[in-house]
Amino acid sequence: MTAPFRIGLEKRLDPPPYVRWLVPILSILVALGFGAVVIGLAGADPIEAYLQILAGAFGSPAAWLDGEFYAVSETIVRTIPLILTGLAVAVAFRMRFWNIGAEGQLVVGGVFVAWVALFLPELLPGIPQTPWVYLPLMAVAAILGGALWALVPAVLKAALEVDEIITTIMLNFVAILTYQYLFTGPWKDPEGQGFPGSAPFPEFAWLPRIGGRVTLGLFLALAAAVVVWLVFDHTKLGYEIALTGENPEAARYAGVRRAGIILAVMLLSGGLAGLAGFTETAGISHRLQQGLAIGNGFTGIIVAWVAKLRPGWIVLVAFLLSALFVGGDQLQISMGLPASIGAFFQGMILLFVLGGDVFSRYRLRIARRAHVISAEG
Amino acid sequence: MSRTGSHGRRGLAVALRGITKSFPGVLANDHVDLEVRWGEIHALLGENGAGKSTLMSILSGLYQPDEGEILVGDDEGGLRPVTITSPRAAIHLGIGMVHQHFKLVPTQTVAENVILGVEDMPFVLDLDAVARDVAEIADRLRMPVDPTAPIWQLSVGEQQRVEILKALYRGAEILVLDEPTAVLTPQEADEVAAILRSLAAEGKAIVFISHKLDEVVEIADRVTVLRKGRNVATMDVADTDKHRLAELMVGREVATTIPKPPAEPGPTVLALEGVVVRNERGLVALDHVDLEVAAGEILGIAGVAGNGQRELTEVATGLRRPDAGRVVVDGKDLTGASPVAFLDRGVAHVPADRLGRGLAGNLPLADNLAMRAYRHPPIAVGPAIRRDRMRAFAETIIERFRVDAPGPDTPARNLSGGNQQKAILGREITAGSWAAARGHRPVLVAAYPTRGLDVGAIEHVRARLLEQRAAGTAVLLVSEELDELLMMSDRIAVLHGGRIMGVVTPEETTIEELGLMMAGEAHR
Ligand SMILES: Nc1ncnc2c1ncn2[C@@H]1O[C@H](COP(=O)(O)OP(=O)(O)OP(=O)(O)O)[C@@H](O)[C@H]1O
Ligand SMILES: [Mg+2]
Repeated sequence: MTAPFRIGLEKRLDPPPYVRWLVPILSILVALGFGAVVIGLAGADPIEAYLQILAGAFGSPAAWLDGEFYAVSETIVRTIPLILTGLAVAVAFRMRFWNIGAEGQLVVGGVFVAWVALFLPELLPGIPQTPWVYLPLMAVAAILGGALWALVPAVLKAALEVDEIITTIMLNFVAILTYQYLFTGPWKDPEGQGFPGSAPFPEFAWLPRIGGRVTLGLFLALAAAVVVWLVFDHTKLGYEIALTGENPEAARYAGVRRAGIILAVMLLSGGLAGLAGFTETAGISHRLQQGLAIGNGFTGIIVAWVAKLRPGWIVLVAFLLSALFVGGDQLQISMGLPASIGAFFQGMILLFVLGGDVFSRYRLRIARRAHVISAEG
Repeated sequence: MSRTGSHGRRGLAVALRGITKSFPGVLANDHVDLEVRWGEIHALLGENGAGKSTLMSILSGLYQPDEGEILVGDDEGGLRPVTITSPRAAIHLGIGMVHQHFKLVPTQTVAENVILGVEDMPFVLDLDAVARDVAEIADRLRMPVDPTAPIWQLSVGEQQRVEILKALYRGAEILVLDEPTAVLTPQEADEVAAILRSLAAEGKAIVFISHKLDEVVEIADRVTVLRKGRNVATMDVADTDKHRLAELMVGREVATTIPKPPAEPGPTVLALEGVVVRNERGLVALDHVDLEVAAGEILGIAGVAGNGQRELTEVATGLRRPDAGRVVVDGKDLTGASPVAFLDRGVAHVPADRLGRGLAGNLPLADNLAMRAYRHPPIAVGPAIRRDRMRAFAETIIERFRVDAPGPDTPARNLSGGNQQKAILGREITAGSWAAARGHRPVLVAAYPTRGLDVGAIEHVRARLLEQRAAGTAVLLVSEELDELLMMSDRIAVLHGGRIMGVVTPEETTIEELGLMMAGEAHR
């Protein structure tokens, strides 16, 4: 027996404007609803849990009145690298270059930063040892490191058509293992009493804080978003990136040099990921140690994708996802739920937003069975 | 003409009643009625943007109508209403469609494309058997195709045959073809006509969209004319003629010939010298080709598709490096130079494959129209792009070349086929005049520029090409329509098997002679 109805999807030719924001919001709500079920199964009260997440991520009105913004500031701290890696991924994905290597590029950026902070003062004592000189130097080093790391798959792709998904993934491992070797081996702090990590950076190599643990890195990330938006919408490079992504053959016909675009895109993408290495080392850890490769490069993929590769949205999505992370951590402490709950929500949201995307491109049609000819007809 | 009886089917195959469909800002179909009988060939005519493709896409389940009813017939003359929710539902009803823009997967073979999306295929595929079946259908219909060739290696004409095969392989009884002959040579078109006739004789119902009135009058039994989304007439072809049809479509009289002033050829601007090209399959596609096009001259290239036209246009525009020989543009050797070098020297190109090469369908029309201009001021300011100027630029092309589009922000894929063509042509002609302003002698390599255009638009485009010629552009015109070549060209070079069989002038040759040269049976 078949149902008297049949549900089908029809392609929406031009999605009405409201669909663009309604669908993602609904998708996130559905994801949260699904999450509620899972929390319930784990034996906790879902409403209580969500309130805890909110409080964990943003604090409470009472705390705000006391001038206590710790929770929000922690959320912003996590947002900064996610904005940068999200942007990095978006730049590459826009030309359909599948850079899965932001994690590695971030790590190499951090390693370059550490080298400048740890060894340059001794090597070239002539350089004024002030933040005004050192911070820009470190930022440039981070961009260089990330860009160089991204250049490898870019060159392989441009010259030999080597698949970038494989190369970027593999280079993540190389980068992470090298960085671990450095801070547990040659760069290990002799005074660290066995604690794995490099010596701390000198204080002039610390990113100044602007509130809580939030550093100037916030402005750096926001500026990067503006730059990427400008590049996408208002430069020849952005135009060529979009054209190459949409139709490589048309791009060639329009005179776009493919190899040049691949290199430019990956330098930009790697540079942005590298910058995240800068904000994390110079801003948070102040040394090279465990905790740099915690998946920001991969979460950046989720951020970029959910934000449909648009810089403004990336900032927003990065903030919301990190709120889930920070709030999710809170759950572990207050309700004894597993810490992985944050990652679980991320996965759910990505899944539902991608799934929901179908509904912004297609419309649900319900047709009466009698009129539909199916296999038996 | 009555063909009922022999196939034993009676009545209507499909009836569309009051079909209405609107897109944002456009009423594409406005209460259209259309009835198609079993065993008939029904032509659908109309200007670019009249709503023909939309109507047929509704029939084949791609779009849903906003209003109206679809009924399909059985063999006994009965009709029942249906809702066609998808192309798959359509094929269950025996409705198969060959689209204006092919939907083939370039990296897969012909056989793989044919079975793509076919349901009930066995879990373990016997591709050899499929290839044999495909070859057999192809054979029966006299459509030579190699089932094992990957699509990307095929010419546009060959891809068209694959699309027809695909529909037949799935058992289409009602076959809809959207401009099936637009991309075919006259010979191939005749073959398709023969195929359609034999399919109709088997009792299948055929609907085909065409802009070629000769063809409609020759092969269709009945014809329906759409204008601005409405059905303005359905009649027996026997009761009408070309001129009446053209008038019905456009709503006014159409000039079939345009006055062509005598040529005033200047110096040679584009020269190919001993050009040899091997194609992707390693076969010689161009074999020591020598050609010269002078400023203010239209050199026509005649030939059956797949005889080196694609390679010729690519070599002449820098998209392909010749294996031997030289390409000289306005006295400068550009052999092996990048496409940009050709562009900068004023070589414009209307490519044969609109959506494959000429446009990026998902990008806004404005971006597409700026493909040649974005590099230069006023749109470019250093590394930056002025979006406002890009839009304004697009608007001038849209207006000047009468592109029917809601606006510069619409994705290019939403334009009707003919309007996509007009957009490309407008862009390329404009690029040429910019190059002229920079002091170059422009070259326009135009591959099938009037393909898919309605009679009014063809008239318009031809007038523009002649305008370019008068302004001193060297035009290389590749076409499969001998009428067009004879009307437009100052000289005609005939390509066969990658070789120039001869160069003739329209005054001293005939269609018959050109035909023989194209078949490789005569030299000049
Ligand atoms: N997906 C779409 N979104 C928005 N507008 C569309 C879409 N498809 C078609 N249109 C518009 O609907 C109208 C009819 O288009 P359609 O493709 O049916 O024309 P057509 O008769 O097939 O023309 P042509 O001869 O040029 O192929 C045009 O104005 C076109 O711009
Ligand atoms: Mg059409």
